Amino acid sequence: MNGKLFNVFKTVRRGLELTLGHFFAATESRQVRSISDSNYFDQKSGTTTIQYPHQKLPLPEVGRYQLDVEMDDCIVCDLCAKICPVDCIEIESIKATEAIGKTSDGTTKRLYAAKFDIDMAKCMYCGLCTVVCPTECIIMTDTYDRSTLTLNEMVYKFSDMTAADAEEKRIALEKQNAERLAAKQAALQPDRTKE
Amino acid sequence: MNFYLTYVLVATALFAFTALFTLFALYSERKISAFMQDRLGPMEVGKYGSLQAFADIIKMLQKEFIIPSSADKILFTLAPIVIFVSVYLGFAALPWAPGLSPSSLNLGLFYIFAILSMETIGILMAGWGSNNKYALLGAMRSVAQMVSYEIPAGIALISAVMISQTFNMQEVSIKQGILSDESILFLGVWEVSSIGGLLAWNIFQAPHLIIAYIIYFIASLAECNRAPFDIPEAESELVAGFHVEYSGLRFAFVFLAEYSMMFLVGMIGVILFLGGWNTFLPNIGSVKLSTWTTGMGWGIFWVLIKTLLVVAVQIWIRWTLPRLRVDQLMSFCWKVLTPLAFLCMLISGIWRLTMM
Repeated sequence: MNGKLFNVFKTVRRGLELTLGHFFAATESRQVRSISDSNYFDQKSGTTTIQYPHQKLPLPEVGRYQLDVEMDDCIVCDLCAKICPVDCIEIESIKATEAIGKTSDGTTKRLYAAKFDIDMAKCMYCGLCTVVCPTECIIMTDTYDRSTLTLNEMVYKFSDMTAADAEEKRIALEKQNAERLAAKQAALQPDRTKE
Repeated sequence: MNFYLTYVLVATALFAFTALFTLFALYSERKISAFMQDRLGPMEVGKYGSLQAFADIIKMLQKEFIIPSSADKILFTLAPIVIFVSVYLGFAALPWAPGLSPSSLNLGLFYIFAILSMETIGILMAGWGSNNKYALLGAMRSVAQMVSYEIPAGIALISAVMISQTFNMQEVSIKQGILSDESILFLGVWEVSSIGGLLAWNIFQAPHLIIAYIIYFIASLAECNRAPFDIPEAESELVAGFHVEYSGLRFAFVFLAEYSMMFLVGMIGVILFLGGWNTFLPNIGSVKLSTWTTGMGWGIFWVLIKTLLVVAVQIWIRWTLPRLRVDQLMSFCWKVLTPLAFLCMLISGIWRLTMM
C-alpha cells in the first residue's frame, strides 16, 4: 500500500515535470529545413508545427507529386493512357499528313494530340505513365497543393490545339486519305483494262 | 433606491468578469495545452490567435437553438441557466480586497458551498432532459462524483475555518495578514501579526492545512469535472457527457459555468488557505513591504494573481494526467481523501485548543 502510494506521487511528479519542460521549451519553434539538410534531425525541443500555407517544407526538385506533360516532346503514342490503372488519362490523336517535327530526343512526331486530359481527381500518383513514356515527356513535378473550386478544374488539359485547328487537321487527313484511295483505285483501274 | 442601482452594477460587473475570465481561460488553456504538446495552438485570428476566443463566442451566438424532439423541453431549457446561475451566485460572497466584497455574509463559505451544490441539480436536469443515453450516463457520473467529493472538500475547508473561527470570507482574509487585530502565530510559535506576508497565511499558521489544501485542491478538480476526474464528460466514451445535446448559446452557458467554476473553487482555496487578498511580501524591519502592498488595488491584484496561478495549475494537471476509472475515483475519494480530511479537522481542533 505504501509502495503503491509512493509510486503515485513519483509518477505524478514525473508527468508534471515532463509537461512543464515541454511548456517552457515552447519558446523555440521548429526551423523549416529540407530533409536533405544535415541538421534536419538536430532540433530536439520546441514546437514542431509548420504553419502550412505560410511556411512550406522545401521539396527536392524531383518530387513525385502532380503530373505534367511537355507537349513538344509528346509523340501521342497513347502508352501512358493504356498503362494507367485508374484510366485518368484521355488522349485523342489525329494522324498527320506528314511528319510534323522532331522531339528533343530526335523521335519523329507523326500524330497530333487533339485532346490530352489528365483527371487529377482520379490520379493515384503511381507514376507508371512516367515509366512507360518513350520520350519522357510525362513527368511528376514538385507541385502538390494545387486546389480548385470545382471538380471539373481538376481535369488538366495539356493539348495546345484549338478545336478549329483539330478540325482542320482532321479534314486534311480525310482529304489525304481520299486522295490516296483515289490514286490507289486509279492505279488499279488500268490493270483491269489490260486483262 | 440608490442601493438597487448598486446591486445591479455589482451583479453586472461580476457577470462581465466571469465572461471575460472564460474567454481568457479558454484561450490560455488552448495555448498552454498546445505548448505542452509541442504545438502552436490557435495562430490565425488576431496576433498569435489572441482573438480566437472572441471568434468562437461570436460563432456560438449565431447558432440555432436545437432541442431534440424527444427531450423534456422544460428541463432542457432550464438546465444551463441553473448550472450557470448557481456558479455565478457563488461569486457574491467572495472578498476581492480589504473592504471590497459584493456581499459580506456571516455564513459566506456555508452559502457558497450550498449554492454550488445546486449545480449538481442543473447537471442532472441537463442529462435527464436531453433524453440521450450518453448525456444521462454523464450526468449520473457527474452527480455521483460531485456529491462524493463535496465531503472531503467541505471537511478540508472546515479545518481551515476552525483555525480562523469564522465563516465570513472577508474576516478569514483579514485574519491572514497585517490588518488583523488578533495575534497571528507562524507555525503556532512565532508572533507575526505586524510582519504579515507569506508567514501569516493559514497554511503557515497551521502547517497541517497544507495537506488540507491539497485535499481541497484535488476535490475541487473533481467538482469542476476536470481531468483527471473528467469521467462525466469523458470525450472518448461519452462524446461530451451531460452537455452533448446542447448547441449555441445554451452550450456557451454550460461552458461559461465550467470555467467560472474553475475560478470560483480556485478563489475559495486562495481565500481560505493562501491568504486571500493579502500580499506574500513580509515587513522586514523598517522595509515595510507588506504595508506598502496592502490596499484596495493591491488586494484585487494579489487575489487575481493567486487565483490565476491556481487555475494555471488546474490546466497544467488536466493536460498531464490521464483519466481515472470510476472505481478508482470513488475509492480515492472515500478511502484516501475523506479520512485524511477528517484527520486534518481533528488536528485543527487540537491546534486551536493547544497552540492558539
